[in-house]
Amino acid sequence: MKNGYVYYPGCSLKGNSKHYEESILPVFREIKMPLQELEDWNCCGATAYFSVDDTMAAAICGRNLALAEKLEKDIVAPCAGCFLTLKKSNNFLASGSEKAKKTLDALEKAGCGYGGKVEVKHPLQVLVEEDILEKIKARVTRPLTGLRVACYYGCQLVRPFTDFDDPDYPTSLDRLMAAVGADPVDYSGKTRCCGGSLTGTIEEVGLRLNYILLKEAKRKGADVLVTICPLCQFNLEVLQDKIVRKYKENVTMPILYFSQLLGLALGLSKQDLGFSRSIIGLKPMWEKIGNGGQR
Amino acid sequence: MEIRRRVKYEEELDGQFLGTIKRMSGCDEIDRCIQCGTCSSSCPMSVYMDYPPRKIIAMIKNGFKDEALRSFTIWLCPSCYTCQVRCPAQIKITDVMYALKRKAIEERVYPPRFAIPVLDKEMSKIICKNGRNSELWLILKLYLKSRNPLGLLKMAPLGLKLIKTGRMSLKKESIKNKKQLWNLLKALKEGA
Repeated sequence: MKNGYVYYPGCSLKGNSKHYEESILPVFREIKMPLQELEDWNCCGATAYFSVDDTMAAAICGRNLALAEKLEKDIVAPCAGCFLTLKKSNNFLASGSEKAKKTLDALEKAGCGYGGKVEVKHPLQVLVEEDILEKIKARVTRPLTGLRVACYYGCQLVRPFTDFDDPDYPTSLDRLMAAVGADPVDYSGKTRCCGGSLTGTIEEVGLRLNYILLKEAKRKGADVLVTICPLCQFNLEVLQDKIVRKYKENVTMPILYFSQLLGLALGLSKQDLGFSRSIIGLKPMWEKIGNGGQR
Repeated sequence: MEIRRRVKYEEELDGQFLGTIKRMSGCDEIDRCIQCGTCSSSCPMSVYMDYPPRKIIAMIKNGFKDEALRSFTIWLCPSCYTCQVRCPAQIKITDVMYALKRKAIEERVYPPRFAIPVLDKEMSKIICKNGRNSELWLILKLYLKSRNPLGLLKMAPLGLKLIKTGRMSLKKESIKNKKQLWNLLKALKEGA
């Protein structure tokens, strides 16, 4: 919409994924598109609410959409779960079905009527728009030369609603990483699911799924794996020591947000990009890229 | 050796089930399934499932309501949409799985204290009440309602790592305009 974008953090970026927020906001500031947080946003409900009640799930997302519409702004949602859920609800509300009409009526009655004008985007989608990608390329002061990255998209970003990339073999993140000088490996696990919340409910299964992803990244010679989703980041990083113990194989690897590496390449200070929140040691990475050009 | 009949006779099947799931999922294409198995071979979880997605679709088509609703399959679906984007018959399989989950919760036919539906329900409750999820409180609820709370002790090393890196908060999150959210949910219930 005409007033640009508003930032929808969701629970993760205020919780275990603070380093995603700490890196995505400075990156957008750096390219002169500062993001403001959506005032009084509520949780998207993720996959949980759609498993319990789909109209209520769409209604609570509708409140967020209505809040953004009032500001005449589109939403940027860095969490892939929020991105999908808000987009799914947006489509549902625009579907014209009986259920959708009832939901829109309820929104109206609660004083947050929604006219269907907001678009929901993921920051990756915004950053790979042609003119913005050019702007980023021109601003790279510290190219990530020699750093081999496995670009992991996970599921919710590319399926089933995404129109900016391929659902099976997306390339936008690879292009972005290459644009800032890194060397993306051909990562065949890029859209294979990490299990999402299953790691918290059936750990055995979660460990196996994440082991497969780490092993493949290792096999392709990646130094780091970059993600665009807080749940993927959490699963792949926090479960690593358990995975190493269980499968007796050293698949240890830093799991970073794409925005952290992007910020580094744009010359932002490494202290300001949330690297200190990494659980896996980053020393080999700093050695490889010359300590990010910083002391 | 116990000999059990493996096939149901027609009178034991539920003729309404297909219609119910079509309506609940908003997917009208379920009976266009050609049983090609693209869904099952695409699914990262099918190796753990009691019935792969292809069979679940066949069960819905043919009225095997109990088998479908009591399967582990529906809870193991992590909602990654791989099957859905690949289905040559355009069946929204992930949305169908969501509909089955809702139906199973509605009819209370899932194993008691089974973690996955417990997580779904508890998270929804927290959001309805406060407008925002609080990660730590959700995990506590999950442990209390689905497993031995002593298992939390095993989580201590993980918790410590998160505390050390400032990634765990004890705060109960909440929105300011809770009243609006409650009114919204109330209006929706009344309208239904």
